[in-house]
Amino acid sequence: MSQKTNNSTDTSEWQPRIVAFLCNWCSYAGADLAGMSRLAYPAAIKIVRLPCSGRVDPMFVIKSFEQGADLVLVSGCHPGDCHYTSGNYHARRKLLAFRELITFLGIDPRRFKISWVSAAEGAKWSSLVKEITAEVKALGPFETYSKILTGEPGR
Amino acid sequence: MSANSTLTESLQRAASELLSDLNVAVVIGYGRDGESPFSHPEFVRKPEDVERLVFDDRCFGNLAVYLSKDAIRRMGKIGIVVKGCDLRAVNVLLREHVVKRENIVLIGVPCTGQGDPLPHKCSVCEQRNPQGCDIVVGDPVEQPQINAEQKYSDAANIDAKSIEERWEFWSGQLSKCIRCYACRNVCPLCYCKRCIIEKTIPQWIETSAHLRGNIAWNVARAFHLTGRCVGCGECERACPMDIPLSAINQKMAQLMDEWFDFHSGLSSDEKAPFTTFSLDDSDTGIL
Repeated sequence: MSQKTNNSTDTSEWQPRIVAFLCNWCSYAGADLAGMSRLAYPAAIKIVRLPCSGRVDPMFVIKSFEQGADLVLVSGCHPGDCHYTSGNYHARRKLLAFRELITFLGIDPRRFKISWVSAAEGAKWSSLVKEITAEVKALGPFETYSKILTGEPGR
Repeated sequence: MSANSTLTESLQRAASELLSDLNVAVVIGYGRDGESPFSHPEFVRKPEDVERLVFDDRCFGNLAVYLSKDAIRRMGKIGIVVKGCDLRAVNVLLREHVVKRENIVLIGVPCTGQGDPLPHKCSVCEQRNPQGCDIVVGDPVEQPQINAEQKYSDAANIDAKSIEERWEFWSGQLSKCIRCYACRNVCPLCYCKRCIIEKTIPQWIETSAHLRGNIAWNVARAFHLTGRCVGCGECERACPMDIPLSAINQKMAQLMDEWFDFHSGLSSDEKAPFTTFSLDDSDTGIL
């Protein structure tokens, strides 16, 4: 608990902004379970609930970066567990290709995470969020993108 | 080099036959206008007009872009002159049910490349002799063997850079974009009646020409073409700001090749990678 208090009251330390797109059936339930199990995880993560990881349009990720996200996470059901049978399989192909595309364009792929978290994996969710928060804290603010947020009209 | 006269003659004969006997309403081909640096699109509707058609080494445009235009489709059955690269675009249009095979007549022309010096896409072309056309005019040309390294050399040059250098490069390139959407309008596969850029509720992509919106636009354009783009290179040729768009398309084509052994547009009954999936797809990089 003392750790949690530290996280939320110490404003001097820079806090990353993490946007997470979670599927309704597995990862959101997993995050819910983490909460019900009193497994603390950093408050830097902002969760957006979607019906399925297959719903994630790459524009969601770009928009999040535009709005100042330092890291974007997409999480869905493990392969074989999709509530809609195959949404996560489609997402897997698309999102891995999308990661290659942004990497090619020079957008740091460490800023875009994909994970599988089931409804029973509250503990995995909690440790995953701790892990990626620590990682993005080490990376610092996403300045390559936030620099263009200042309204500077390119070069 | 001047117009290839034998090829042009047999092309005109074929077009005349189609227009007079075979119920074809319009033949889309190339026309020559004095000393213009390129042969413009030509729409021939009467047999006596076929002499306006030519085929030479300046027929850059991908005429398949017209197949999805309502004004053209309303004319009736369409005859279209296709080079190998154009045919690949037609195959994607067929695969995506944008055009019906029975509504078009494909006039294939063997092509050894357009322009001098040859653009990259022509020097690594593997479809010099279009396959599966209704009519082929002219004699087949020699088809050199191309390896993957040659094909994806533009993408490899950028892949060799570090992530910071790539950002430096692309933010410089993309900040030049004036958002004229010539890349979209010239693309035979960007046929959406309403493009994502014109959607305002919600507005995914900022429309003013600054780097932030330019990145979003170019990411969206590239991703919507992933697994579909046939590498005809028209987007880059049309770009007034000389942004190397082909390199992005090439990178995504390379991925589709390496991951799924997929080459868009080689046949009209293939399945696009993003419309299907495999249980054995890679999990690399997923937490």
